[in-house]
Amino acid sequence: MFKIIHAEFIAPGIKRFVIEAPRIARKQRPGQFVIIRINERGERIPLTIERSDPEKGTVNIVVQSIGKTTTTLNRLETGGSILDIVGPLGKPSEVKNFGTVVVMGGGVGTAMAYPTAAAMKRAGNRVITILGGRNKDLVILEEEMREVSDTVFVTTDDGSYGEKGLVTDRLRQLIENGTRIDEVLAVGPIPMMRAVAEMTRKERIHTMVSLNPIMIDGTGMCGGCRVLVEGKSEFACVDGPEFDAHRVDFAVLVQRNAMYREAEKQSMALLKEEETKRECEYEKLQARSEARTEVPREAEVAGALEGK
Amino acid sequence: MSTTPTRSKNPVPNKERMKMPRQHMPEQLPQIRNKQFTEVNLGYSAELARQEALRCLECAKPTCTRDCPVGVKVKEFVQLIVDGDYLGAAAKIREDNVLPAITGRVCPQEDHCEGACLLCKKGESLGIGYLERFVADYEQQHFDPTTIVKAPPTGKKVAIVGSGPSGLTAAGDLVQKGHEVHVFEALHEIGGVLVYGIPEFRLPKKIIREQVDIMRAMGVVFETDVVVGRTVTIDELLNEEGYDAVFIGTGAGLPQFMGIPGEHLNGVYSANEFLTRINLMHAYEFPKYDEPMVDFRGKNVAVIGGGNTALDSIRSALRLGAGKAFILYRRSEAEMPARKEEVKHAKEEGVEFHVLTAPLEFVDDGKGWLAGARCQKMELGEADASGRRRPVAIEGSEYVVPLSVAVIAIGTTANPIVQSTTPGLATTKKGYIQADEASQKTSRRGVFAGGDIVTGGATVILAMGAGRRAATGIHQYLTTGEW
Repeated sequence: MFKIIHAEFIAPGIKRFVIEAPRIARKQRPGQFVIIRINERGERIPLTIERSDPEKGTVNIVVQSIGKTTTTLNRLETGGSILDIVGPLGKPSEVKNFGTVVVMGGGVGTAMAYPTAAAMKRAGNRVITILGGRNKDLVILEEEMREVSDTVFVTTDDGSYGEKGLVTDRLRQLIENGTRIDEVLAVGPIPMMRAVAEMTRKERIHTMVSLNPIMIDGTGMCGGCRVLVEGKSEFACVDGPEFDAHRVDFAVLVQRNAMYREAEKQSMALLKEEETKRECEYEKLQARSEARTEVPREAEVAGALEGK
Repeated sequence: MSTTPTRSKNPVPNKERMKMPRQHMPEQLPQIRNKQFTEVNLGYSAELARQEALRCLECAKPTCTRDCPVGVKVKEFVQLIVDGDYLGAAAKIREDNVLPAITGRVCPQEDHCEGACLLCKKGESLGIGYLERFVADYEQQHFDPTTIVKAPPTGKKVAIVGSGPSGLTAAGDLVQKGHEVHVFEALHEIGGVLVYGIPEFRLPKKIIREQVDIMRAMGVVFETDVVVGRTVTIDELLNEEGYDAVFIGTGAGLPQFMGIPGEHLNGVYSANEFLTRINLMHAYEFPKYDEPMVDFRGKNVAVIGGGNTALDSIRSALRLGAGKAFILYRRSEAEMPARKEEVKHAKEEGVEFHVLTAPLEFVDDGKGWLAGARCQKMELGEADASGRRRPVAIEGSEYVVPLSVAVIAIGTTANPIVQSTTPGLATTKKGYIQADEASQKTSRRGVFAGGDIVTGGATVILAMGAGRRAATGIHQYLTTGEW
């Protein structure tokens, strides 16, 4: 059991958890991740470590509600707990003085890019950060990024904040302006990382992307997270999660990530169904207990559902 | 604990014993069991166990014990069964084997004790595995934790890395010698390959949990969710966490792929992933459990390989509803490394064996999913380094097997996490840890290793043998201080 010291939404559907995990906090390096399992029947999923505090023994993870597990996770509150957290997993980012590094974060991917951006800055790099999101709300960690970047650009798809457009539009402008770029790190949705890779390939700018394929154990044992890198299978959990963007077969990544789409839909539908049922029961019980001017306890609700 | 009788109370004359038939293991009917994950073998009753135990010839120099990797005193525990002293029999096994309920189920007895049994010369060997299982299950049902006698503490601390067969064996032996033992496991459940690799129908998880509970009662401390090498290093365990010795039993780890085109297609699994989804994550109970699995119902499924892992995989596929289940193996059935009983069970359940067949390529359906495997027929040529005849391709024999799912079960390679984070730990060219064959000592003082991470993929009992030798080596090191 790992205790949730603090939990707060930092954007609609995106939550930050501060979790007590002293061993992980002590060892975490930028670029690494954790695998979590919420409860006894839960699946194992990889999640981003935004930062850690070795003194306090805590790690921060940032989670966007997408499927059943992330949705259920994001309902947990301060004082709650997560059954299993294992890590830090994966190879740390390669951090050295490259010169000028462009760090690109798309949506929740920014949380993964942040610790590496900070480390790049500490290593003496000039850090140019480009943050993107569908809209203003989905641009996260801007303030944190400003603290570790020389320049921060923000783009939104709908123009509700920063420049209207994609992170790659901003990257193109930098390239066209003749900005010297020695290294790019892009973390975000696959289409974004793929577009960055195509753009920097032509310019021969070394580019790293952090991949998030379907994963189970996270130690190299199962091979489920294999990605095709220059025609060769590599495991994101032990050989990655960062890979040279110009060597990754993004089409295969997209295809493999879709492997359980039907099952994922089914899980979400069942979760919603269960919740509607729970809400109905709760309302019924509440109506009944209002007559008794008592609020039903959780146990009563659970008991009523058990009986169904 | 009961004393061993010098002469058994076996009333059957020796000559008669040779004529007694081996007692069959009661099992679920094939057409029922191939649709569910409950255990196939149902276990001997006390009467069957006695009947079988009476067959033992009680050899003066038991070859069964000689050929057991952990040296179980077979004759003595079988005599105790004849006497009706089942707890005594269990205790007798436990002197050499801390996981009898597990080895009784998954050990390849035909390669060890039963293969060496003199009864083989005239007929079938003594059912040593079945008898071991019987007394171990009896012990679990009648286990009383208050009877555990703890050895006086030595004040020494040992870290065990990995909770598979080698780690559990080493932990069990060391705690009985009075050392403080902590076991670190990377996954969320204790048991390593016993939990993620071997399916419920062959080794129920309950059995492992009960064996682990016995070890807990003996004083072993288990910590899950710790990937040694990542969460904490071997050096940190030794220098900062106060461990006096470390045993590395991390298993073989990385799944091998074939390096043929199409391995990245949806529907192609490594056996490790396929079995982990089913065994550890309960994907066969989706959506009650969250981990999903592709839909197997009515589909053609093939497993490539001929070992126990391959058979566990294909029999699991059947239970997930596969329409047709094939084993594709490039040698002939005689060379299959799987346990004989598993081959028999798989055939009864409807698995088709396509031997002397090797896949060349996985073919896709145009949408990124597997559609089939282009295969080639093989014939056996000269013997290779393993002593088995090498398969040679037959020209012009290529054909396509239509498939929706393929599982690759051709073995594993060394997981590098511990080796790459432990300076000075000598490894072989293939990345396995180098360890002394007698003491399991590595190149690093205080660090021992054993099981698949030293030998490459082998069996549960061989890993247990290594764990046992390591425990002896560690005990010696801790008591003498000599390396």
